[in-house]
Amino acid sequence: MIQVSNLTRYYGEFPALRDVSFDVREGEVIGLLGLNGAGKTTTLRILCGLMSASRGSVTLDGTDVGSATDELKRRIGFLPEDPPLYKDMTVSSFLRHMGRLKGMTAARVEKRLPEVIALTNLQGREHQVIDTLSHGFRKRVGIAMAVMHDPRLVILDEPISGLDPVQIVEMRKVIRQLGQGRMVIVSSHNLPEVTLTCDRILVLRDGKLVASGTEDELAKRLGDARIVLTVRGEQAAFEAWLKAHPKVEKMNPRPVANPYASAVVDLQGDIREAFIAELIAAGFGIRLVEVPDDELEEIFLGLTRGEVSA
Amino acid sequence: MNVWLIAKRDFGAALHGLWGYALVASVLFIDGLLFNIFAMERTAKFSHEVLEDFFYYTSGPTIIAAVLFTIRSFAEERQTGTETLLVTSPVSETEIVLGKYAAVMGVLSVLTLLTAYMPAMIFVNGKVSPGHIAIGYLGLLGVASASAAIGLFGSSLVKSQVAAAILSGVMVVTLLICWFLAELTDPPFTDVIAGLALHNQHFQAFSEGRLVSSNLVFYATVTYAFLMLTTRILRGRRWQ
Repeated sequence: MIQVSNLTRYYGEFPALRDVSFDVREGEVIGLLGLNGAGKTTTLRILCGLMSASRGSVTLDGTDVGSATDELKRRIGFLPEDPPLYKDMTVSSFLRHMGRLKGMTAARVEKRLPEVIALTNLQGREHQVIDTLSHGFRKRVGIAMAVMHDPRLVILDEPISGLDPVQIVEMRKVIRQLGQGRMVIVSSHNLPEVTLTCDRILVLRDGKLVASGTEDELAKRLGDARIVLTVRGEQAAFEAWLKAHPKVEKMNPRPVANPYASAVVDLQGDIREAFIAELIAAGFGIRLVEVPDDELEEIFLGLTRGEVSA
Repeated sequence: MNVWLIAKRDFGAALHGLWGYALVASVLFIDGLLFNIFAMERTAKFSHEVLEDFFYYTSGPTIIAAVLFTIRSFAEERQTGTETLLVTSPVSETEIVLGKYAAVMGVLSVLTLLTAYMPAMIFVNGKVSPGHIAIGYLGLLGVASASAAIGLFGSSLVKSQVAAAILSGVMVVTLLICWFLAELTDPPFTDVIAGLALHNQHFQAFSEGRLVSSNLVFYATVTYAFLMLTTRILRGRRWQ
């Protein structure tokens, strides 16, 4: 199990991470979600011992990652966004080299190599020079490198960036497979991707962990308070009424044909029944009350932009 | 083991593609040219003087080769991000530096060995002792080792290979012209600065076939000092 407690990191005076705490259990695939600059890469670099934290701690199976011991490095596999590869080497010679560098015996490397090649679908490419591989295959070689030494924790920074749709589907399968018996942390700014591959999502905003939970749990946070309303009435009058209402936190008009008016409304809490009753009392005929189609995307945008309180 | 793994990898990378072979070929070409123009000049010379000139003129291209082969060591790894592979592996900074140093010294040893046909010609056609040849080559490897250590240090400081080359070049040239700088100062600085001269003060005896232990110690000290500084740089960067 990996435990992150009050992780804080400053770049000079700038706080890139502020009191981030979470844990990852055996067999869990965690998605670290956030816009560019949210603190995802900083978190990952601290988790794999590449960078020290200004404050807080990270422990893997009880051992402090900050100590960066050799034993700890053998238990962590890291793939940065741009896979660092020795491009002049062939796939198999590179993986052999990395296996040995991670402390594996020659015999263990030879046993592990076919397993990793199969896991990352690199069959037939073993003897190809990495420089001649496509971006998608290089990503796979990067993942193969990260798991070559069979680590307990695998950290993948933006593993699907730059991949085509077919490669993305294959990468999802690989990530799900990696999660079997290991802890996997995947960073991304792509919400649908994270929901498809991860068991749990952590949302970072401005270096702070603003939300954590499953897709359903995150959806519930906003779903109860956000509705799309379509009423019979003047659009201008409807908007004016919403703006004047003390329990309406935010309102976005939606274009509809006359004589109807529509808007996406964020309420302060789940007060839908009382709110609809007030709307009827105000003379607006209720035509439709629905949950937004792009609800999850909205949640992500809301959380990452700070439109929704943590 | 880790030192060997890194050295093996870097040795292969140094000779991968056109760059490594072009550099080796260029240095050998210049060595041959200098040997023909200066060492084998038409004025009458003893064989040992020809050999002495050979070592003297070969040392220059060897120093340049040492710097050029090392600039990629760390700068390129940082530029391409492959430094992460080493830092996240259970390998100490000392092992990384020693591995890279061993790789460069391997390449430089091969390069130096390829010049052996010139002393061999003097040996066959003239009268020189094998000891003179061996000591001369020891000196060449000594100056190459010190220059490589300086090059590794320069390469560890910056991301750009060009900047690394300039930085290492400036450091090596400064140590080369120490004998000249010493003349501009007053005692006791004169002796101290002159003693730091990388070539003039310490290589002469090797080229003459004289094994002076203080010269060996000097090259070993410069090598050790710069390799240690490089290790410190790597360690410090991690905790920045």
